[in-house]
Amino acid sequence: MFDTVTSFQHRQSAHCETGVVSNLLTHQGLPMDEPMAFGLSASLTFAYMPMLKMGGMPVIAYRMFPGSVIRGVEKRLKMKWVRRQFTDPKEGERALDAELDAGRPVGLQTCIYWLPYFPEDMRFHFNSHNLVVYGRDGDDYLISDPVFEQTTRCDRASLTKARFAKGDMEAKGLMYYPAQTPAHIDYATALPSAIRWNSITMQAPVPIAGIKGIRFLGRQIVKLSQGPEREKYLPLYLGHIVRMQEEIGTGGAGFRFLYASFLQEAAQHLDKPMLRSVAKELTDAGDEWRRFALLATKMCRGRAEMNPALLEKTLNDIADRELAVWKQLRTI
Amino acid sequence: MKTEEVPQETAKTYGGVKKLLYAVDDKGEYTGVNSAGWEVETYVTMAAVDEIVRLRNEALERARAGKTSPLEFHMFDRRMELATLAATSGFWTWRVKRHFKPEVFAKLDEKILSRYAECMGITVDQLRSLPDV
Repeated sequence: MFDTVTSFQHRQSAHCETGVVSNLLTHQGLPMDEPMAFGLSASLTFAYMPMLKMGGMPVIAYRMFPGSVIRGVEKRLKMKWVRRQFTDPKEGERALDAELDAGRPVGLQTCIYWLPYFPEDMRFHFNSHNLVVYGRDGDDYLISDPVFEQTTRCDRASLTKARFAKGDMEAKGLMYYPAQTPAHIDYATALPSAIRWNSITMQAPVPIAGIKGIRFLGRQIVKLSQGPEREKYLPLYLGHIVRMQEEIGTGGAGFRFLYASFLQEAAQHLDKPMLRSVAKELTDAGDEWRRFALLATKMCRGRAEMNPALLEKTLNDIADRELAVWKQLRTI
Repeated sequence: MKTEEVPQETAKTYGGVKKLLYAVDDKGEYTGVNSAGWEVETYVTMAAVDEIVRLRNEALERARAGKTSPLEFHMFDRRMELATLAATSGFWTWRVKRHFKPEVFAKLDEKILSRYAECMGITVDQLRSLPDV
């Protein structure tokens, strides 16, 4: 017998935050799938951030900062989330227990390293992993982690450690849930404004972000290949880029497929076939990202000759494709 | 990516778990498909794991030889590097580096040691010692 358990429908997703947001909203009576949460929050991006490090390497993001899906959906749907952070872990535990006792599943931000149910090789210090807690059984929490196929469990001590791990992007015990959800989504207004906004951010006049950022990364690879540490550092660096693209935050192909899936849905809601063809073009860009990953990894492994110019060219191709996509979307 | 192109190259890094990816079916519609793993991703994940294991083993050897403190070994053993340890412990990088010196580490008081131990999830006794193997 469980101490407390809420009726929560677990649905697997490609990415954690979009999964948690769409599952929590669906639970609250506003049906939403993962691509819609991603697209509505205008979270697709590219950003090269040398000032932020992960495992000693610059952060390369294919989506907006952690928390942006929660915030983005809040803005487009004109709804509110309750967000609570805590300085005292004990207080964080009590607040979580109280919500569960009240029958409310909640979202948490956690550090992957401390979650024992993660496969060993995926446990790195990454502070922005989102999951849902939907019940408690003695000293075990019942977890709906959206990147897993099934629900799972986590003991109290580990979960608290994961919530209160310190460092970059630390969660400070962040716990959240929708305060009030609208009865339905006003697609006709929400979708075009979300798509336009994403189009603006992708074409931002900033050298390290959006389309320009993709080209910047290509130049960076070429630059590093001429540096003194190329033998040792370049393979690690390329491996890191691919890891950020495929594994960290997942989504596959740096979230391009997820957004293309959203565009297909938007095409239906808005009755705009043009969005379907743009979705196809973005899918092609996603495929190109996957070819880049394959190529870069071959070079790391010595199965292909290290060819920085070719990598740069591939990235420029991707940038050209994405530019064409966002130019069309700008006019929606 | 078409649904039939979704890689099913069982990844040991997934520990038996399958991921969800979005792919296009034969009617051109996006749909969710489970993936058992992609060799490209497995390789880069393992490269990152191997690199930190290499650093760990290297630090262990140096710590045994008295060239660094056990702190550096435990840092890598907990899959951290300097920046992560500094951020999680709240010490400046230069202080952490200083604590890598065996003679400095030996004189650290309980309070500082427990701060490190706490953020690594180990005891102070463990932090002071090195594993046998």
